[in-house]
Amino acid sequence: MATTVHEPPKREIDRPSAQDFGNGGWRNLVPADGDPRQVRNSSPPPASTGIWVGLAAITMTFAAFTSALIVRQGSAPDWQHIALPPVLYLNTVVIIASSVTLEISRRRVAAFMGAPRDASQKASPALWLYITLFLGVLFVAGQTLAWLQLVSQGIKLSTNINYSFFYVLTVAHALHVFGGLGGLVRVIAKLNKSVLKRSTLDATSRYWHFMGALWVYLLLLLWIKL
Amino acid sequence: MHDMSAHAAEHAAPTSFIRQHVFSIDHKVIGKQYYALALLAALVGMGLSWLMRLHLGFGSLAIPGLHLLSKTGAPGDLMTPEYYLQLMTMHGTIMVFFVLTTAPFAAFGNFFLPIQTGAEDMPFPHFNMMSFWITFCGFLVLVTSFFVGDGPTLGGWTQYAPLSAIGSVGGPGQGLGVVLWASAIALFCIGQLLGSLNFITTTLDMRTKGMSLMRLPLTAWGWFITSVMGLTAFAVLMPACILLILDHVAGTSFFVSSNEVINDQILPHSGGSTLLWQHLFWFFGHPEVYIAIVPGMGIVSHVLITNMRKPMLSHRVLIYSMGALAILSYMVYGHHMFVSGMNPLSSLVFSFPTLVITIPSTIIVLIWLGSLYGSKLRINSASLFALGFISMFISGGVSGFFLAQPSIDIMLHATYFVVGHFHLVMGVAAMFGIFAGTYFWFPKMVGRMMNETLGKVHFWLSFVGAYCIFMPFHYLGIAGNVRRYQAFTDDYLIHLIPVHKFITVAALVTGFAQLIFVYNLIHSYFKGAPASDNPWEGTSLEWSTATPPPHNNFGDKMPVVYHDPYEYSVEGASSDFVMQTSPEQLKNPHEEK
Repeated sequence: MATTVHEPPKREIDRPSAQDFGNGGWRNLVPADGDPRQVRNSSPPPASTGIWVGLAAITMTFAAFTSALIVRQGSAPDWQHIALPPVLYLNTVVIIASSVTLEISRRRVAAFMGAPRDASQKASPALWLYITLFLGVLFVAGQTLAWLQLVSQGIKLSTNINYSFFYVLTVAHALHVFGGLGGLVRVIAKLNKSVLKRSTLDATSRYWHFMGALWVYLLLLLWIKL
Repeated sequence: MHDMSAHAAEHAAPTSFIRQHVFSIDHKVIGKQYYALALLAALVGMGLSWLMRLHLGFGSLAIPGLHLLSKTGAPGDLMTPEYYLQLMTMHGTIMVFFVLTTAPFAAFGNFFLPIQTGAEDMPFPHFNMMSFWITFCGFLVLVTSFFVGDGPTLGGWTQYAPLSAIGSVGGPGQGLGVVLWASAIALFCIGQLLGSLNFITTTLDMRTKGMSLMRLPLTAWGWFITSVMGLTAFAVLMPACILLILDHVAGTSFFVSSNEVINDQILPHSGGSTLLWQHLFWFFGHPEVYIAIVPGMGIVSHVLITNMRKPMLSHRVLIYSMGALAILSYMVYGHHMFVSGMNPLSSLVFSFPTLVITIPSTIIVLIWLGSLYGSKLRINSASLFALGFISMFISGGVSGFFLAQPSIDIMLHATYFVVGHFHLVMGVAAMFGIFAGTYFWFPKMVGRMMNETLGKVHFWLSFVGAYCIFMPFHYLGIAGNVRRYQAFTDDYLIHLIPVHKFITVAALVTGFAQLIFVYNLIHSYFKGAPASDNPWEGTSLEWSTATPPPHNNFGDKMPVVYHDPYEYSVEGASSDFVMQTSPEQLKNPHEEK
């Protein structure tokens, strides 16, 4: 979930500057006879709010899948426990590691963006972002390997309800991870062009960490319930 | 903390026709596109209801040309029972999703929320554009089901399992028709999720200087609360649709239980839960009722305040009540399932909040009525429809008291009583909210006034017509008239046929009255009298900018807000309305402390 950047407007607009822009929060009013610059601004950048809103929607989606799993488990005696493909545990290590590398890169990029440039700081701090991207791709490849292993054993979506939920939850998660990979590619491209905003980087990081946490939750759910 | 992304919505005016009018990222163009989609969908939905009513009132009547719509469903222009159910399903789906959600929330909200908050656009305009086009694709997929295979699904807009999940053995449209239906709704959900994301961030982060949350007009609050509901409700319906599609195309057994025998065939499913679909659907479905009606509440309040020339008795309590409706709407969904066979204790648990939810609804109505009392209301098409909204909301809401009680609901659940209830409180009331918003904001959106005489004719025919159609539904329900029947051949139903004939005639007349509205809309678009910037002497930000608003909404100077949204008839003020952008000092403002 990333912000959209636009071309700058062609004409000059009398717009509140970053310093005196204040929407007053809940009820911090602009007095007609007062100085509007005193008005408090309590709003974070839209990218920051937007990512939390997006994550709330994703949480609701997986909560719906989870409740479906619980209701379906109790509805009939056809629930058969299954063994999860072992590669999933390796994938878990990979996606957690990717969160660590992303956090390292986020701090380095933030330091890079904030520090004065000199000859010794020419190198872009994108290396850790590339490593994160690689680990993300490795995670999706690992998930694909798990599906292929099951398919090679003749296990399909319709084999039994446990495998139905296994495929649905893991594929739905992987599709969301693809969105995170797209966000990482976008961050790297912007960083290389020196147009990256801090809020874009932070929003992408939050999304990626959420994908890691969501996977750990799903693994526990699959491990306990399936 | 406020970095440059606070101005993320800045973008240059497009120059090509495609970027201006088709794939536009301007929230105003997207708002108009949503409105056009809702209008098209409303005409289709109304046409379907005419066909249904003609069949119910005059069952043996051949409807000329019907065979062109479906050869198998209407041989010799006579509607088959299955085709009646298919039309009913599509009527409900189109109306609930593509009219009642699309027009008051997505159309008006897109156009006016950024303006009323003092923003130049939504923070994620490309998502906004995607939101419309994905929704439009959903509509196309849904309508496509008329023309492929054996037609659209016949399972009703609620698509209850197992009928919806067993495939073509369940009847015409239950194979491909259901897959297309679920795909269309999943697309619709994605579109509305993207829209909700923009609405929430616009309200929280894009407000201009001085626009505190409590200074937002009630319309903006209505859209904000609705977007929070939309975000949580559509995010649940979408996975439900995915599971339904998988039951069809992948042979899974989420919703179909073991050993189901349909038309002498044993279905290859096992262990599925039919109640699971109802739980997932109604967790979305009941908030959906408020997604349709809360924007209307905001619009009606906004229109009435402007025409009463005074604020509501309590701005704040109205906002809190709308918020309470949103929260409670998630806790009452089980009242749709009283007859599903779920645990009676669950019925009790869901019955209680269902009765409680009438409290914020009643508070809202009492604030409206108390504020109207003694006011010198300016009568125009917009204010008439706002009054009509209140009338419909009360009439439809009162029958909700009966249905909230499981013991009575068991009697009435599958009858026309429920159909009358939700058509009045959700359907007609929300439509009246859309009409009120249209007559009120058309000048700002288009730059021309609508014809007031035609508007008033439209109102009276619609108001009387809606009652003629839907009040008898309650009587039919009490008399035991089961819903979803396509003909009334049983002894005890034959005597009710004259009532159905009367309803059919009323529906046709009321439907034609809507064509007056469409004519007024189109004629005024091209030939209406030019509108001034503030024709209704309103106070909120949409009236402080040009008509129609420029590309960035406010031209060269972004607004600064100094007042609450509804400073009308303020003692000692220079005029009977003080705009939010006016720096005039008020000695006795209406501000609530």
